[in-house]
Amino acid sequence: MMRAVAAILRRDLALSFRAGGGAGIGVIFFLCVVMVVPFAIGPDQKLLTSIGPAILWIGALLASLLGLDRIFGADAEDGSLDLLLLAPLPLEVIAFTKALAHWLATGLPLVIATPLLGLLLGVEFNALCAAALMLLVGTPAIAFLGSIGAALTATLPRAGLLIAVLIVPFTIPVLIFGTAATAVAITEASFFGTAFKLLLALALFSFVIGPVAAAAALRIGRGA
Amino acid sequence: MLLTGPNGSGKTSLLRQIAGLLPLDAGTISFAGFDRRDETHFVGHAAAIKEALTVSENLAFYCDLYGSKVAAPDAALARLKLGSLASLPARVLSAGQRRRLALARLVAIRRKLWLLDEPDTALDMEGRETLLAIIAGHRASGGMLVMASHGTLDVAASRTLALDTDAKAAA
Repeated sequence: MMRAVAAILRRDLALSFRAGGGAGIGVIFFLCVVMVVPFAIGPDQKLLTSIGPAILWIGALLASLLGLDRIFGADAEDGSLDLLLLAPLPLEVIAFTKALAHWLATGLPLVIATPLLGLLLGVEFNALCAAALMLLVGTPAIAFLGSIGAALTATLPRAGLLIAVLIVPFTIPVLIFGTAATAVAITEASFFGTAFKLLLALALFSFVIGPVAAAAALRIGRGA
Repeated sequence: MLLTGPNGSGKTSLLRQIAGLLPLDAGTISFAGFDRRDETHFVGHAAAIKEALTVSENLAFYCDLYGSKVAAPDAALARLKLGSLASLPARVLSAGQRRRLALARLVAIRRKLWLLDEPDTALDMEGRETLLAIIAGHRASGGMLVMASHGTLDVAASRTLALDTDAKAAA
């Protein structure tokens, strides 16, 4: 079973990073969002510093929504999903692996880019590290919740927008506790407060509910 | 078993139902002595090929995914005359070569039940000969096969089920 899981992980990562995979789109979009904010707000350093972490979170959330439709949509189009459903592997494990591969290809680069982009907003180095840490916990939660939407719309063409509409409401708690945990980490210099624990809980919750719900959605979609 | 019938008569639907990829309106499908997910090959109209991966990576992925009873993937590619293309990205393959790559799964991974949906689509004469030889080998080793075809493949089926557009024959 580990061999099959590793094969899915390897294949999805290879597909993301090769030509046409779209792994870079999220980071570029993240960069665009974060870059235009200072121009829109104006050169008010104090304001920028205070809203910087929130901007980073909003940028990361929107960037995470891009490309969610590819988790299952690409496989449904070319018939690979049929063969995945016939693999001697629980569908939940397949859904977990594919969501993990999606996060590694699109979510992790956002976390890595955060300290660099934060410099544009004039956020201090400590606060940048805090924001990156919170995003490291928060973006997998968004990816795994997003995989539910991806599974529900697997057979629909151009489902990206529909997934965003379906998934954004469920990511609001992640956004609330993520920004709260970041703010606490910056103002009180304590990383592991209540908000962080709740963010962590949301992430763990999404690791369980995401694959189970995605597998159920795929089964209903196929009637299997 | 050979499935015949005009377009739209339900050959593909029946194959997908046997594979568990389409719900049944009524009745059940049972498998004697094996688990569907462990022993079924499905080759449908979509070849399930990732264009960004190379030919050998495409096959190797399914060998890893389907696990244990894997013969040599290289031999499977050679048998379907894809050996010299193994390191090329699959996007350069022609329709017939894509079909051959999908069929290479049958050779590379041993499974009892094959569900083939018009497997000779886009194949040349020589490809059909190879396919017939592969099918004969599978049957000789005790394998089962349900194939939808328009009679373009010259197989001696032990049973033929002719589907009709009006009255859907029960499986």
